[in-house]
Amino acid sequence: MPDLSTNCAGIRSPNPFWLASAPPANSGAQIQRAFDHGWGGAVWKTLGVPIQNVSSRFGAVDVRGTKAVGFNNIELITDRSLEVNFREIYETKKKYPKHAVVVSLMVETRQEWKDIIKRSIDAGADGLELNFGCPHGMCERGMGSAVGQEPKVNQEITSWAVEYSSVPVLVKLTPNVGDIVPHGLAAQRGGAHGVALINTIKSIIGVDIDRMVPMPRVGGQSTNGGYCGSAVKPIALHMVAQLARSSEFEIPISGIGGVANWRDAVEFILLGSSSVQVCTEVMLRGYRIVEDMIEGLTEYMSSHGFDTIDQMVGKAVSGYSEWGDLDLNYETVAKIDAQACIGCQLCVVACHDGAHQCIHPNPQGGPSGSRVPIVDESECVGCNLCQIVCPVPGCITMEEVDNGFTPGTWNQHMAGEAALRPKKGAH
Amino acid sequence: MTKIAKERAENVFTDFKAAYTPQQALVEANRCLFCADAPCIQACPTGIEIPQFIRKIATGNVKGSARTIFDSNILGMSCARVCPVEVLCVGKCVYNEMGVPPIQIGKLQRYSTDHAFAEGWRFFEAAPDSGKSVGLVGAGPASLAAAHELRRHGHACTIYDKRDVTGGLNTTGVAPYKMKADRSEDEVEWVLGIGGIEVRTGVEVGRDVTWGELLQAHDALFVGVGLGPDTRLDVPGADLSGIHGAVEAIERVKLGTVDLSGVEHAVVVGGGNTAIDAVRELRGLGVADVTMLYRGTEPGMSGYAHEWSAAKDEGVRARWQTQPVAFEGQGRVQSIRCVRLDQAKQPIAGSEHEVPAELVLLAIGQSKLEALLLGLGVTFERGRVVVDEHQATARPGVYAGGDCANGGKEVVNAAAEGKRAALAIHEYIVRVT
Repeated sequence: MPDLSTNCAGIRSPNPFWLASAPPANSGAQIQRAFDHGWGGAVWKTLGVPIQNVSSRFGAVDVRGTKAVGFNNIELITDRSLEVNFREIYETKKKYPKHAVVVSLMVETRQEWKDIIKRSIDAGADGLELNFGCPHGMCERGMGSAVGQEPKVNQEITSWAVEYSSVPVLVKLTPNVGDIVPHGLAAQRGGAHGVALINTIKSIIGVDIDRMVPMPRVGGQSTNGGYCGSAVKPIALHMVAQLARSSEFEIPISGIGGVANWRDAVEFILLGSSSVQVCTEVMLRGYRIVEDMIEGLTEYMSSHGFDTIDQMVGKAVSGYSEWGDLDLNYETVAKIDAQACIGCQLCVVACHDGAHQCIHPNPQGGPSGSRVPIVDESECVGCNLCQIVCPVPGCITMEEVDNGFTPGTWNQHMAGEAALRPKKGAH
Repeated sequence: MTKIAKERAENVFTDFKAAYTPQQALVEANRCLFCADAPCIQACPTGIEIPQFIRKIATGNVKGSARTIFDSNILGMSCARVCPVEVLCVGKCVYNEMGVPPIQIGKLQRYSTDHAFAEGWRFFEAAPDSGKSVGLVGAGPASLAAAHELRRHGHACTIYDKRDVTGGLNTTGVAPYKMKADRSEDEVEWVLGIGGIEVRTGVEVGRDVTWGELLQAHDALFVGVGLGPDTRLDVPGADLSGIHGAVEAIERVKLGTVDLSGVEHAVVVGGGNTAIDAVRELRGLGVADVTMLYRGTEPGMSGYAHEWSAAKDEGVRARWQTQPVAFEGQGRVQSIRCVRLDQAKQPIAGSEHEVPAELVLLAIGQSKLEALLLGLGVTFERGRVVVDEHQATARPGVYAGGDCANGGKEVVNAAAEGKRAALAIHEYIVRVT
């Protein structure tokens, strides 16, 4: 039986699944309920000077009938008093000593940081997470992403926190930057024990096209919010991987951004996260999703020969390289399994309209003939689009072609060290 | 035009396939794969762009969805309800190949077309007056589809029907758990809304007007007269009361009231779709014991398997490979003397038996209206008007479609043929007259 116990930057939890600092981690009662469901840790919704929220706080993107593929919010940090929050942290920690309770913080002055860190640790926090990421509301007040976007400020405040803290400090990074690496390095220079990313992405979730006001609508106005949910996972994975493969970056990562199930979690871990944080899917489906996450991860680890989470962390990082180091002589073509094909011809139209016009209706087709399309392999560039649109799992496979060329990258080619195969579909 | 009666026997029926709620329609519409060169379109006689109309439901463009449907088939509302989608579009949905429930195309089509009717959306305008006129005989689906298309080309239309109701079998013959007569009338009015279609009911060719006069009055004719009365069974006792043609009986259910008191056992003779409609309707009207009596086998019946399956679910029984040899009773039928048939449909000696029946409906076919059309100069094959691929008959300027030409198919076939004929008539009028 694999061991799911986790140590992320010195913060220990029975499994790598943490609630992210967000509405599901707003109160002691919620977090205790989550722990009962099996969550390994929780990052308490950001504490600071309590704020006042608006009505109408969330918005979502639905895609072809699937609700909330993307999600955003314009909610701010905690609106509950610090006294209540700290009392509940204390009670939670007392009841659940083995679970990770990390407290997210966001204040302005050095003195405020000093005070709130002390109170958090006194309440029993296992770690701190500095919220340098919130992209709406708080940044207008000089906090959140306003800090995270300035490496010098990030580093300085991090160094304050590390100075005052006796527990591990994670810096939560904003994705609203051109390159994440300098920001991770700033946190590292400030002495952070780890980073957590990504926070939400600046976004307008949609427009009410009848009222002609963006959403979520607060009376006659809206504001940009923070985008999250499954739709942002690719952005998050990229940023996590950017840090994980940076030779200068050496501290642990808690991965966040579109983790909705165990598969997503495995991806984050393989790209360098030693814990994962979840918010949106819990908001949409509740704490009970963790049951499948634990089972799925356990099963995955067993089937792939991992005994501990540590063994998994970063296993896919070395597979992430620059475009110029990709093998241009690696060639695949689409193969359609005629038995599995249902004849929808989505691959035909996708290839014709959106790719390289190499999949054609069966010439023996017609109303009673075969609807299994034909792949012109001499033209197929191996782009995967047909496989992506095919509704039948396993029907279209991208198969490697032995074209006789030895591997050759663009960088090697530019250095005169590699011959490249002839281009396909470029006429 | 006479409005149909409010009190009708068919009113006791509810829809076999309930209308979708908006939520149901959205879920179903979003399941559609939006196939390219979709098999469902190929299976539709009117070639409705099904994936497009479904996608428009999914995006909230229900008006555009209805336009897509009506652009191919102006009778899309009734077809949504009466089409045997199981053997047409739905039967060809690629999901069947995956073992996944196929898209409920008929129910989605009903969703959009019902919306159009409820909202009063109109999509088509008549073209400027061409100065030409077309006479259409029979006010059923074929003529309605033809007339509408002709109006889009600016030709004046006059529809003649010997009845005082319009809509043809859509009004008088559709199983009431699919569509009721008043809904068919709604559709007729909706089609006529394009304007310029005169409907003359109570006008019978041969009695009130001659073919010659019609040919004289119009630049072209469309014949959509359907089929004739039910075929009778020539066996002893055939004249007893309580024995009726099924089409005639169904019409009574559709348009008036029926008295089924004293009927405990009803037998419908036949194995086609009219027979299945008849047994299901009798069950629905409360007859306890309803039997379909068919000379062939269950797999050999011409009625749709999905319809028969529903009939069985509703408690209808069948006697296969059985044939009536006489009706018995005093004045009124009381039982049917039957004989069992072998595989070659030959009577099996000693197999005679009695089947109780206080009501017998004969669904063994309808006669052809060949006699009515004599003198028009068209040709016949097995009683059907012979037409080419443009619905043109042997006589220039005379076109035919629907049951009188196809021998008895679906509403959707009549709609397709009517439209096809209209396009050919337009060409003909422009070219010849």
